[in-house]
Amino acid sequence: MTKLTDVGIEQMVATLLRAGVMISGTIVLAAGAYYVIRSGTDPVHLSTFVGEPSRLRVLHEIMESAWHRQPRAAIQVGVLFLVATPVLRVILSLVAFALEGDRRYVVITAIVLAVLLFGLAEGIG
Amino acid sequence: MNVIEFTPIVLATAFGAGFLGSLTGLGGGVILTPVLTLFLHVDLRYAMGASLISVIATSSGAAAAYVRDGYSSIRIGMFLEIATTLGALFGAMIATRIPTAALSVIFGLILLQAAWQSVFGHHATAPAPLDSDPIAKKLNMNGEYNTAEGVIAYGVCRVKAGFAVMFGAGTISGLLGIGSGSLKVIAMDQVMRIPFKVSTATSNFMIGVTAAASASVYLSRGWVDPGLVMPVLLGVLGGSLLGARFLAVLPVQLLRRVFAVVVGLMAVEMMLTGFHVNL
Repeated sequence: MTKLTDVGIEQMVATLLRAGVMISGTIVLAAGAYYVIRSGTDPVHLSTFVGEPSRLRVLHEIMESAWHRQPRAAIQVGVLFLVATPVLRVILSLVAFALEGDRRYVVITAIVLAVLLFGLAEGIG
Repeated sequence: MNVIEFTPIVLATAFGAGFLGSLTGLGGGVILTPVLTLFLHVDLRYAMGASLISVIATSSGAAAAYVRDGYSSIRIGMFLEIATTLGALFGAMIATRIPTAALSVIFGLILLQAAWQSVFGHHATAPAPLDSDPIAKKLNMNGEYNTAEGVIAYGVCRVKAGFAVMFGAGTISGLLGIGSGSLKVIAMDQVMRIPFKVSTATSNFMIGVTAAASASVYLSRGWVDPGLVMPVLLGVLGGSLLGARFLAVLPVQLLRRVFAVVVGLMAVEMMLTGFHVNL
């Protein structure tokens, strides 16, 4: 059953997601333009898989590289932002269920959040 | 090829994929990965990484429209998300242990399923009665939605089976870097007998969350290349935004059929590549 808090929170969530996509897109666009301008003549090696170096995989290394104006790392920041938006969506839903006093769904949502955070910690921690 | 040549090509390709994907509902990831691997000779892993990121973007971007319509069931979605996120982590982890040739074949099979579904898929399943599955009642999953004829209430059937299928859909999503929207809709619409509009809206919510679960594994394995993701992401976003505007104007049914044929051909090509037959 949809309750009033559901509709209100869902609207907020949708706005958040839209904003997240736009911010992420802007970061990727800006970083992308910088990347093409700076490294336009670099060859593309995507046919052979070597895997990205850790400065493009591990969170604190990405942030550090981006801080030092590495364009590819800056793009990754935009990517991370995008990946974070569904996670934020789940967090907001958790808050909504808590506000409604729906303990069952607080637990269910907490489980989903735990799986997501576990994956992130393992992946980019 | 260098960056300044490669980037616009990918941008244009991704734009096309996003455009067609939003028109036909076939999903951007499903089109993009084969095109990147077959025509641009991008390694499958990089293609899957980029595709997965674009899936999050299109799902989150489209969410506002689904919320506005009010069909999405957050309870059903969140409960099933336990299954899909676990499946996604599982799928993403085994993806790195499976040879890409095998992934290519599996991808081809899923493409065939998607193409088939797009043309022959049956959507009208009798919705479940209100006293369907006791688990559904206990978890408050029954809901209602608005139609032109008034408010329709629905129940949910076979929750355990639906949960299991969702785990499978999540695994496929993690394994291939796609959204598996159509599989999720099948699970909800046909296994659990949730009304189609509710299924599609709920699936949209779920796709982004599931993809986020796999994304962390893909990132950690170095499958996400920023030089590729950048034009893919921007292209798909632009394309799907444009596609949404054309939705009312173009003959969607015809497009779907043409599309299904093209996707079917790419499916065969991907499987042949997997079997090391190069045409």
